[in-house]
Amino acid sequence: MPTVSMTVNGKQVSGEVEGRTLLVQFLRENLHMTGTHVGCDTSQCGACVVHVNGDSMKSCTLLAVQADGTDVTTIEGLADGDTLHPMQEAFRDNHGLQCGFCTPGMVMSAVDLVKKNPKASEHEIREWLEGNICRCTGYHNIVKSIQQAQQTM
Amino acid sequence: MYDFAYHKPSSVADAVAARSGAEDGTYVAGGMTLVPTLKQRLAQPSDLVDLGGVGELKGISVSGNTVTIKAMTTHAAVANSSEVQAAIPALAALAGGIGDPQVRNRGTIGGSIANNDPAADYPAACLALGATIKTDKRELSADDFFTGLFETALEDGEMVVSISFPKPEKAAYQKFDNPASRYALVGVFAAKTGSGARVAVTGAGQDGVFRVPAMESALSTNWSAGAVDGIAVDAGTLNADIHASAEYRAHLITVMAKRAVSAAG
Amino acid sequence: MPEGGTGIGAAVKRVEDKRFLTGRGNYTDDINRPNQSHAYILRSPHAHAAINGIDTGAAKSAPGVLAVFTGEDMETGGLPCGWQVHSKDGSPMHEPPHPPLAKGKVRHVGDQVAVVIADTYAQAKDAAELIAVDYGPLPAVVGMNDALKGGSLVHDEIGTNLCYDWEIGDEAQIDEAFAKAHHVTEIDIVNNRLIPNAMEPRAAVGEYDRATDEYTLFTTSQNPHVIRLLMGAFVLSIPEHKLRVVAPDVGGGFGSKIYHYAEEAIVTWAAPRVGRPIKWTAERSESFISDAHGRDHISKAKMAMDSEGKFLALKVETKANMGAYLSTFAPCVPTYLYATLLAGVYTTPLIYCNVKAIFTNTVPVDAYRGAGRPEATYLLERLVAKCAHEMKMSQTDIRRANFIPADAFPYQTPVALQYDSGNYTATLNKAELAHDVAGFAARKAASMAKGKSRGIGYSTYVEACGIAPSAVVGSLGARAGLYESAEVRVHPTGSVTVFTGSHSHGQGHETTFAQLVSERLGLPMANIEISHGDTNKVQFGMGTYGSRSLAVGGEAIVKAMDKVVTKAKKIAAHILEASESDIEFKDGVFTVAGTDRSMAFGEVALAAYVPHNFPHDELEPGLDEKAFYDPLNFTFPGGCHICEVEVDPDTGVVSVERMTAVDDVGRVINPMIVEGQIHGGLAQGIGQALLEGCVYDADGQLVTGSYMDYCMPRADNFPNFSAGTEVTLCAHNSLGVKGCGEVGAIGSPPAVINAVVDALWDLGVHDMPMPATPQAVWKAIQAVAPAAAAE
Repeated sequence: MPTVSMTVNGKQVSGEVEGRTLLVQFLRENLHMTGTHVGCDTSQCGACVVHVNGDSMKSCTLLAVQADGTDVTTIEGLADGDTLHPMQEAFRDNHGLQCGFCTPGMVMSAVDLVKKNPKASEHEIREWLEGNICRCTGYHNIVKSIQQAQQTM
Repeated sequence: MYDFAYHKPSSVADAVAARSGAEDGTYVAGGMTLVPTLKQRLAQPSDLVDLGGVGELKGISVSGNTVTIKAMTTHAAVANSSEVQAAIPALAALAGGIGDPQVRNRGTIGGSIANNDPAADYPAACLALGATIKTDKRELSADDFFTGLFETALEDGEMVVSISFPKPEKAAYQKFDNPASRYALVGVFAAKTGSGARVAVTGAGQDGVFRVPAMESALSTNWSAGAVDGIAVDAGTLNADIHASAEYRAHLITVMAKRAVSAAG
Repeated sequence: MPEGGTGIGAAVKRVEDKRFLTGRGNYTDDINRPNQSHAYILRSPHAHAAINGIDTGAAKSAPGVLAVFTGEDMETGGLPCGWQVHSKDGSPMHEPPHPPLAKGKVRHVGDQVAVVIADTYAQAKDAAELIAVDYGPLPAVVGMNDALKGGSLVHDEIGTNLCYDWEIGDEAQIDEAFAKAHHVTEIDIVNNRLIPNAMEPRAAVGEYDRATDEYTLFTTSQNPHVIRLLMGAFVLSIPEHKLRVVAPDVGGGFGSKIYHYAEEAIVTWAAPRVGRPIKWTAERSESFISDAHGRDHISKAKMAMDSEGKFLALKVETKANMGAYLSTFAPCVPTYLYATLLAGVYTTPLIYCNVKAIFTNTVPVDAYRGAGRPEATYLLERLVAKCAHEMKMSQTDIRRANFIPADAFPYQTPVALQYDSGNYTATLNKAELAHDVAGFAARKAASMAKGKSRGIGYSTYVEACGIAPSAVVGSLGARAGLYESAEVRVHPTGSVTVFTGSHSHGQGHETTFAQLVSERLGLPMANIEISHGDTNKVQFGMGTYGSRSLAVGGEAIVKAMDKVVTKAKKIAAHILEASESDIEFKDGVFTVAGTDRSMAFGEVALAAYVPHNFPHDELEPGLDEKAFYDPLNFTFPGGCHICEVEVDPDTGVVSVERMTAVDDVGRVINPMIVEGQIHGGLAQGIGQALLEGCVYDADGQLVTGSYMDYCMPRADNFPNFSAGTEVTLCAHNSLGVKGCGEVGAIGSPPAVINAVVDALWDLGVHDMPMPATPQAVWKAIQAVAPAAAAE
């Protein structure tokens, strides 16, 4: 079995995987980091979004071996100790989550947006979220959360 | 997903060698189509040759009137490239509308055209702009490259290395999304080039991406939205599914073509 | 109220968010038990087929495989139905068996055929490919009309595809009223089938402890006690004291996680047989073919009116799809949650409804957010909109003319329900203002200038939730009571744990319920913990659905707190040497009336557990009280939704430009959470109206079997919503609360479709089925184009 090594949330990790092991499986099953979720099998829902070398990607559509040598950030690595990341804080302030299942991917995607397009309009925010499906919130408060984080990030 | 042997070469030569040494191998570029296909157990390759480590396959260059994009360049890189935005803004805009941001951060132009999904966006740009596709063996015109549904002129083991786009006088791409998958239900790329107008349609054809000669000749003499008004593609050659009948697709092709011409200016 | 405002009415930020935002939620698939194995369920690729034989030999010897079981191996009870409806002739509904693993026949694509249990999930899935099932395909029954024509039978043993033929009202009396009417408006309505798609796929982990003979099931459920009862008593014969069911963090439900599913029984039953814990997690494509679907009605309706547009009588005939088996609550959805709502907000004196429930070779259909009430509201509000057109009245005039007046409550409808409170004129007025209806004409003109058509649509609705009085539902065929329970455990240092039988899967109970405690007991939020979802911790519970958690579960907490305060006053009276009747409790302090002698809540709590001088014949130690609350009536939220759309006639694309909701959900405990619930409901309602529709082909294959074809609403499908509330208090519970979980999904679909029809009216399109996809709208315009051109 191939061995993969990568940096996850600042820590060097490695493990033996099958070629077919997805990055999300490596995170959840090998590293027991269950914050990253799986909500679909067609790469559409975005519950599994993590950052790979600083870009948001769907960890259910990436083989663990493809992520060998990369720097991965998951939802568990976003906060600074007990201090929430401004995006996390914004979601809490604006009730941008309900059941919490899509939230990790939604937050990771939103952080990537604000980094790349800090002044995104409401329309651009909604378009950016095309790859993240939420069934609870109707997106209204997610958009509001991201707009707050545009000011605080 | 069935298991497979995994290879991560660092050069084109090594990649071609790994691929030719495999019993039933396949290249993986960004994997945005291949990985979901493998997850659904719709394919069972013996070997995966990952091109992600091949540095010589990445990058964008503009020389004279030609924009060359290497195969492993991501959609996001194309969309955000100031060189592409300046030279062929329609191409940057097209790349910025593929899939979703996460797909764009991972998916590549080479993977997209080698796969030739009938609902993919890039094939329309290649065809309408008259791109040249360079492989590890040869150069092919886009007209010769795309041969049918998920079919290209690539031979077994042949790899796309780069795509060169001649700069058009003006061009635009208009996509009508499948409401569910967000792939192109109909996408029309219209370009005004030195040698006349070219119009390519993706998402709709039974044989994949295709050109519309009637629209091209009308636009070559009169580059205006009005010129394509009333020119309809034969619905008999188009796809039908729950999202769009062939007739609806035919109608949308004309609407999107008009909008593309208007958007191109 | 404690510091910063944490009581009733405060927009307290959610207690649960920190764990969800940092990736530390605890969902079922996050749970890994020591030595855990993995299950893969082999499902039927056929909609209808005989199983002539199953060869599991090769699978059993595949790498890592621990066991393979089929329906022949699993000699257990079938999955029970929780509700019995009787046909109009008095006969009970047909209730065919529903084995967890199919026996003899498969009845829908996705039906469970075998389970493979292996060391890893990949091994189980690999081995499942080695199972050879000898299917004898049978003709599939897909459409409801075809199902009634005879031919192929979903369940041969009952000799029909008709589950029941039910009615409410007096048909002869109604027909007489129609004969005398000034005008009759008729409409055909299809309520499209939906797939719930909670973002967390269902999962279950079954475990058996040989030392204690105890079973544990972790499952994605909205009601763990109900699962324990149904699975323990009816399927596996495990007594409650040996079966623990835990529903930890659950990623959305919307009804689909109410029901007892086969996979829960399979992993629990198989755990002792393989001697290891077993985990099963659905892939999304399995969710599509195994989670209960929603809606799926075909109806004909007509309204009799007098010359002033007053409604005289309503007659409705509905066919409701049950799918291949009866899911847990399925029979009550198109009857007691649907036909009883057909009065809506109107004074229609005579109503008759006939409902035929039909078996087909499709996934079982059950309650989905709103359950029956969206179907009733859609039918009624589409019909009312058409009545207005035919009577040449405005959409608001016809509604106002028929509203139940604000002073008419309690109001007895002709279809069994008695509404306790409401003010439909007030919600309509407020919605019109919030929406800026006055500016519509100018906006319409601006759209026209761009070549677009703009329309506005109304929906004024009422729903029945807070489900429900046990006596009422019992008389209607429920095999359970629908009370709720609570325990308020005061710890020695004065902090409180509340155990509730409600279950939160996104609703924010840990916050809202804590606010009730903060308000009543005067405690800071940090001293209050809400515990739910574990049958070993919570005494009992009926769970969360039908917008019942606050109106029923919250009331149970209030009742238990009443008992705590009563007991605490006794303790305070004893220690302060005063009469119990002189003890006052306010803001967390017990005071002897008219004196400065007092004890803080925490001091009384400590005394309760350190009872050094208690008169034990009069005063028990401890401060821990339980209550069960059974409501006196349903609650009746209502309101007005106004939608404004712009249609691109060239492409058929409908874009929602404005969506306004003014809902009366009774007293609001946490306005932030209430607004969020309404937003989410609106998204699902707009999704039903414009985007979502389940499609089966003629062979019973699910065409919309993934997100590639089933259109899930995305952020760019919506504008910002305008959601407001207008309060009339519930008259029969102490909090005055009604419920807010479903109103958005109930009220909005007809508002959206009425807006689409309004936008297309001048083009000649006068009807539009859901979902109004671009193709559907374009085709509707094409269908009338020659006629419109000729005019």
